Amino acid sequence: MTITFGESDVNRTGHVSKQIEDLKRQLAAKENSLSLVVFSGELDKMLAAFTIATGAAACGMKVSMFLTFWATAAMKKSGPQAAGKGFVERLFGWMLPGGFTKQKLSKLDMFGIGRRMMFREMARKNVANLEQLVETADELGVEFYVCESSMSLMGIQCEELVALSNVKCCGVATFLQRSALSNTTLFI
Amino acid sequence: MSLTNEEDLSGMRCPMPIVHLAKLFKELEIGEEITAVATDPAFHLDVETWCMRTGNELLELVENEGHLTAKIRKANNSE
Repeated sequence: MTITFGESDVNRTGHVSKQIEDLKRQLAAKENSLSLVVFSGELDKMLAAFTIATGAAACGMKVSMFLTFWATAAMKKSGPQAAGKGFVERLFGWMLPGGFTKQKLSKLDMFGIGRRMMFREMARKNVANLEQLVETADELGVEFYVCESSMSLMGIQCEELVALSNVKCCGVATFLQRSALSNTTLFI
Repeated sequence: MSLTNEEDLSGMRCPMPIVHLAKLFKELEIGEEITAVATDPAFHLDVETWCMRTGNELLELVENEGHLTAKIRKANNSE
């Protein structure tokens, strides 16, 4: 018996094998990738998030960090606010100053005394600070996704954020897609 | 032919020793070897895991008076 293939069969086979290739790629990526939701802007939690991110990137994992809510505000540079903000947005800017050294500890901050003691101990014990960790994460190719609604809610503008080489504004759908493709997702 | 390079990671704390290794291994050729010395107590388990995850070969890991010496061979170009 002879089986003959028409042109549509060949096209379909091509389509199916392309789908298989796509699925294989997605599975391969899933084995070794990490998604982090960074919600908290407190210094200690940001330190934990960026330590995990840099460590994972160093282990060859593909790392995506989703910066949302208070973490978006904590990623602002120090310095004056951008122009063209409304009154409430400007208030948010005053209440949530930029710069990594201005972020509070979740415990024992004691109006900045605890934080300064922590900085001193970190320097003495050669523990990387938040600025160094963010720089290292960026250098190792960590992808940053900033939550667009948090930005607009608090009136934060893109140019107010610290400079990162791989950063995009996104919504929840992008996060869900990246998370679905990762084998680990953490919320900090 | 394999080369042996010394790398001083002493004084560095988690996650910097493995970050440093990752950067260093990007520059190496397959088969090249590194002898890394670290003082971070976490490095013992971390270097084992790092080698396992990146597929590089941990040839030797010795602890001596707070100094951890790891001999690692670059096995692939995965990272």
